[in-house]
Amino acid sequence: MTKTLTHLKRLEAESIQIMREVAAEAENPVMLYSIGKDSSVMLHLARKAFFPSKLPFPVMHVDTTWKFREMIEFRTMITEKYELDLIVHINQDGVKDGIGPFTHGSGVHTDVMKTAGLKQALDKFGFDAAFGGARRDEEKSRAKERIFSFRSAQHRWDPKNQRPELWDIYNTKKAPGESIRVFPLSNWTELDIWQYIHQEDIPMVPLYFAKERPVVERDGQLIMVDDDRMPLQDGEVPMMKKVRFRTLGCYPLTGAVESEADCLTDVIQEMLLTSTSERQGRVIDHDAAASMEKKKQEGYF
Amino acid sequence: MSHQSDLIADDIEAYLKAQEEKSMLRFITCGSVDDGKSTLIGRLLYDSKMIFEDQLSALESDSKRLGTQGEEIDFALLVDGLAAEREQGITIDVAYRFFSTDKRKFIVADTPGHEQYTRNMATGASTADLAVLLIDARQGMLTQTRRHSFIASLLGIKNIILAVNKMDLVDYSQKVLTDIDAEYRDFAKDFGFRSIMTIPVSALKGDNILNASDNMPWYEGPTLMRHLEDIPVGDARQTADFRMPVQWVNRPNLDFRGFSGTIASGTVRVGDRIKALPSANESTVKSIVTYDGELEEAVAGEAITLCLADEIDISRGDVIAGKDNPPEVADQFEAKIIWMSDDQMLPGRPYLFKTANKMLPGLVTDLKHKVNVNTMEHTAAKQLELNEIGICTIALDSRIAFDPYNMNRETGSFIIIDRITNTTVGVGMIDYALRRASNIHWQALDVDKSARAEMKLQRPAVLWFTGLSGSGKSTIANVVEKRLFARGRHTYILDGDNVRHGLNQDLGFTDADRVENIRRVGEVAKLMVDSGLMVMTSFISPFKAERRMVHDLLDDGEFIEVYVDTPFEVCAERDPKGLYKKAKAGELKNFTGLDSPYEAPERADIHVSTDTLSAEECADTIIQYLEDNGYLSANGGS
Repeated sequence: MTKTLTHLKRLEAESIQIMREVAAEAENPVMLYSIGKDSSVMLHLARKAFFPSKLPFPVMHVDTTWKFREMIEFRTMITEKYELDLIVHINQDGVKDGIGPFTHGSGVHTDVMKTAGLKQALDKFGFDAAFGGARRDEEKSRAKERIFSFRSAQHRWDPKNQRPELWDIYNTKKAPGESIRVFPLSNWTELDIWQYIHQEDIPMVPLYFAKERPVVERDGQLIMVDDDRMPLQDGEVPMMKKVRFRTLGCYPLTGAVESEADCLTDVIQEMLLTSTSERQGRVIDHDAAASMEKKKQEGYF
Repeated sequence: MSHQSDLIADDIEAYLKAQEEKSMLRFITCGSVDDGKSTLIGRLLYDSKMIFEDQLSALESDSKRLGTQGEEIDFALLVDGLAAEREQGITIDVAYRFFSTDKRKFIVADTPGHEQYTRNMATGASTADLAVLLIDARQGMLTQTRRHSFIASLLGIKNIILAVNKMDLVDYSQKVLTDIDAEYRDFAKDFGFRSIMTIPVSALKGDNILNASDNMPWYEGPTLMRHLEDIPVGDARQTADFRMPVQWVNRPNLDFRGFSGTIASGTVRVGDRIKALPSANESTVKSIVTYDGELEEAVAGEAITLCLADEIDISRGDVIAGKDNPPEVADQFEAKIIWMSDDQMLPGRPYLFKTANKMLPGLVTDLKHKVNVNTMEHTAAKQLELNEIGICTIALDSRIAFDPYNMNRETGSFIIIDRITNTTVGVGMIDYALRRASNIHWQALDVDKSARAEMKLQRPAVLWFTGLSGSGKSTIANVVEKRLFARGRHTYILDGDNVRHGLNQDLGFTDADRVENIRRVGEVAKLMVDSGLMVMTSFISPFKAERRMVHDLLDDGEFIEVYVDTPFEVCAERDPKGLYKKAKAGELKNFTGLDSPYEAPERADIHVSTDTLSAEECADTIIQYLEDNGYLSANGGS
């Protein structure tokens, strides 16, 4: 007569427990919202964790100004639908300096608009805990990161000095100025995320589903021409191709894949039958072997 | 092939439906790199198709560059992580890996096998349902096998898989397997394991990992993957008594008051009679609220919100339990502690303890003995070092609801947090409550502290002088006492001379003894303050934690920290007792400022230096402070 909890139910309960712990112990928490599928799942879990209360913290999007237009539309729709307390932060220093991926390259753009923008926002609002949607299965160096990950007042991560994390008892004590990045989806895999989206019918940005979209092929990646800020190189003509995105970020830095999968089940089917891991679509990861770890030490989420 | 690719291609909806019924198993793998542990995990990921082609091509190129398998794929590289570790060629932390089959999702805690890493294995084991112990078939049982089994049992793991690896190197011999199996079962008989399954494998060649091995037709048991898929877990937790530690009080408006938490064990139904602890207030479950609708019943592992029929006082950290089978309530325990910090554990030093959802101050009152992880022998000890395990008694600031750890992991575990650095320095598992907590009752007397103080026309306090040896603490304290005496105040000085020769004559100068020295002085000072005295203490008291401990013993405003900040060179030059000379000559060990640290106060109440001021001038400053803050008038000043 025992009832076996399914793997999704166990993952869900774990994430909820983590979120409630932060709400109970942090002074000024925030949930980072990137509009992508992991963020959508995280937001859904947060609504479950505190029901019937509303989220006891704001949701923040660090906007690089180069996100897909459909992402911003979706953000507006979700904010209204769920009555979120949404903060949109843009690094105005970067805007003033005209930083962009085409003019400054992916490295500088990400550093200034994303990494520096995030630190700026955390300092500005004095957030002492920030939820992020990162998963341990995404990348090797993340496999060893804790669920509660501490950052110095300078937002640095020290992989050699992590607190042991046993059972589900989390040590949330910190000195003034220090902050915690909390990863409630640590133990989810990409497949879990998709299965959960399917099971719970969670709304998604349409970019995840295949549609005819204008793209150019550049450095082996299909880049969508999302607005007229994209400078076309000699001989480049945008072509309409049926494509979708496996991860979402800044449109010039996010490669599309050609696909026929125009609904959720088709996307999951395609994912299960295909054989490349999801981060491959991110231009930023290819920089150097230990690039993600280095970025994380510097404060990239 | 572990995922049914035909069903994925033909009927994705049916596939997804089936996937939603999957269960989950968390396990740890124990063994050293030499046992082929990383290879085994890499093989499980590879065979369950959790490796994508781009990772595989990276793996192939890495294997040629860094691998140890010649031209063959080195699976170990798959589970390698941080750059620093990659350079050292060794796993130095806990890493979590994921794979799934059609029946189960698996979370693997990959923990290293080296001696100094007890802390990492304990971390991985704390959330695991099962442990896979790797044994090299050529070596048989080693010291590390004993160590891993002991830690697994300590952390409450009930199911063991003994994976006897490298069977290919012993000609797939059945005798090798049966010998190891017999030896292990005999060794592990007292560990309380519910199941032990011995499986002969070759991680490198894939024998008995996913598919039954053709090389070992004599083996009739399940393959590793099959056993991982089929072993039942989690039932015991559900049939245990109901416990839910309250994590968050859910109060969206005046009409709704719910208690959110994750059910630690057992089952709860609407209408159940419950008891909240430690208050022992009772009520009835009115509803079980979730985002997906109200439930009639909820079980261990579910995150829910309980609404009760009565308005009883419950806050975060309280435990809701069934009325008839509540947990015990106590503030003193015997527990097993695993120490995880470079700074040793010292009995008497105050720490923070965090149990399920509750943080409270407390201390380790006694270290009864430590346990050798290799031999399980008990040895006497005064302190615990990194990676050591001790049987301790602990005393908490207030009472908590708990269960013995071997009955309930969730309500029997705690972590220990350093009050200064905020890091997690140790973890513990409660064995039982100590009864003496309920036997000591303070006599409530009519003549109390304020009555005594009033009679003496003063506000009692401790002037805690801290500073290096020879800094002038005692000299200044003497001047201050003379002045106060002259004003008709009631005073006393506690210093090394009148304490070390009597009360503390059994103590030396190790860190542990220094902590105990200060603890006793603090307690004596507290009694003196209670009697209405102005107390001056003159001790080097080099550690922040101990000064903080005394501070916390006393009421607000009763602890005045006086930092006698005289530079080391000046003290060494003065050397009134000739101690610096001896210490520099190596005749005195653990000398503060030389081979033992002095942690200067950051926010002393009074800061003086005999480098620039005379003892008389320092005393002026202190008397002025006492006057300004109302210590020298009967009602505590204006």
